[in-house]
Amino acid sequence: MSREAYINAIVVAVLLAVPLWAWVADAPFIITLATRIAILALAGVGLNIALGLGGMVSLGHAVFFGIGGYAMGILASHAQDYSPLMEWPFLIEGTKSMPVIWLAALLMSGLAALLIGFLSLRTSGVYFIMITLAFGQMFFYFTVSWPAYGGEDGLPIYVRNSFPGLNTLDPIQFFLICFAVLGLALGFSAALARSPFGLALNATRQQATRVEAVGIAPFRIRLVGFVISGMITGLAGALFADLNRFVSPTMFSWQTSGEIMVFVILGGVARLFGPVVGAAIFITLEHLLGGVSDYWHIYLGALLLLVVLFARGGVIGLLSSWRKASV
Amino acid sequence: MSDPLLSVHGLSKRFGALQASNDITLDVRSGEIHALIGPNGAGKSTLIQQICGALRPDTGEVWFDGQNVTPLSVAERARMGLGRTFQISSLAMEDTVLQNAVLGALGGHGAPFRFFRPVLKDAALVARAEEALARVDMLKFADKRTADLSHGQRRQLEIAVALTLQPKLFVMDEPMAGLGASGTKDLTPILSALRHDAPILLVEHDMDAVFALADRISVLVYGKVIATGTVDEIRADAAVREAYLGEDA
Repeated sequence: MSREAYINAIVVAVLLAVPLWAWVADAPFIITLATRIAILALAGVGLNIALGLGGMVSLGHAVFFGIGGYAMGILASHAQDYSPLMEWPFLIEGTKSMPVIWLAALLMSGLAALLIGFLSLRTSGVYFIMITLAFGQMFFYFTVSWPAYGGEDGLPIYVRNSFPGLNTLDPIQFFLICFAVLGLALGFSAALARSPFGLALNATRQQATRVEAVGIAPFRIRLVGFVISGMITGLAGALFADLNRFVSPTMFSWQTSGEIMVFVILGGVARLFGPVVGAAIFITLEHLLGGVSDYWHIYLGALLLLVVLFARGGVIGLLSSWRKASV
Repeated sequence: MSDPLLSVHGLSKRFGALQASNDITLDVRSGEIHALIGPNGAGKSTLIQQICGALRPDTGEVWFDGQNVTPLSVAERARMGLGRTFQISSLAMEDTVLQNAVLGALGGHGAPFRFFRPVLKDAALVARAEEALARVDMLKFADKRTADLSHGQRRQLEIAVALTLQPKLFVMDEPMAGLGASGTKDLTPILSALRHDAPILLVEHDMDAVFALADRISVLVYGKVIATGTVDEIRADAAVREAYLGEDA
């Protein structure tokens, strides 16, 4: 086993052990913190496919996070009001079922990623960053000015959605759901990196002319990678909304896009567990330093600066030091 | 004689005031190495890009394997069997030698939109990649990172990647570039043998290599083909001597 694989195993063990300990010790707040980490890590796992594997610096992944959140909010709000979502041309009822909401979140964020990717992947570099950012802002202001689902105030959901056979209001059970989804996404992400598609996406990042010259259109590879990436981040959005039982336009804000990117860079771009470590550090710091000072972002900024200057492989890269494990 | 595999008819391309390609007509026949020579700025690279699909000609057509490919993209032409090597090595530098070759096999024969099974466990793709690497004597470096290869080894890998496509035609843009005398000497027999796989349109500056390899030569000067013929004909051509070889010969 490579050193990075050991580090990854330790990360999984800690992320599982801490909330289990908190459950025994009856500290639900810690469980909620761990759940936040798992969900935000999931959002980062999504971005890492676009950013790490595909080299697409998207500053608009909040779009997918927000769409996942609103997919949950809209479906659940109709279910709690007993009003149908739409009656024509066919009837769609609201739902409180998590698996159905997840499917809706995956589908809608995938469609959004297809559209945004189709338009923005014609550009590259700083133009791509700006276009993805602009799409994020469009969605942000749209939800702010859309009164049907709470507008600027957001949309509260009174009871957490249900998962067959589990009590989702029990923090540890909801944590385990999120942890399992994160595990599945990591497994998928690992398989993707080794798959034919992963080889092509990774090569497109490094040398698109080469990929084209062997008969693979780089645009299609990037677009599919962007869609997969957006779908995973969208799923995280649905879980995040369920954790808070609340959705608001903040999920679409460019700060959200920036934070997801910080998770990835802090943990290690293109490292499988980079977003998990990044989100864990971010949330832990937010919790610890947030109590000391409202301006805790200064310390985060300093840490990020150190990582970018001295540890390009992020914290995981630093810990596995010179030994870069093969993907 | 069969139809030529590649034929270019009346190709013209203008960039502002510069006539980069001026009514170019040439063809590549089965089993031959057709060398394209010309001084710097003659429009060789522009012509190659139009043949491969990266640039659209203003007028004229490119026919490949019996089909008008002028409107097709680079990737579409590659899938039809146009195997290309670049003047400046264009490889995935972080990937291993084998991964680069497997990428070629994947593009030429596989389906890149598969998301689960490890690509290096695809026996057919790996076998094709290893066979191509063996042809240029690079199999021993299969697990080496491409960035760690020497310049000459990268040139060989370029050719191996093109080979994985099992192309009907090679288009090689200065495969000898930067190789030096001994590197050129090593690569010459490899290229010579390749013409039996597929004909080669060879852009090359090294005249010794061109004269050793080419069955026919076309000379490009200021975007115009001023002569096409066998090595002896080109050597004897007065216009060519004046325009190009004059300084050397």
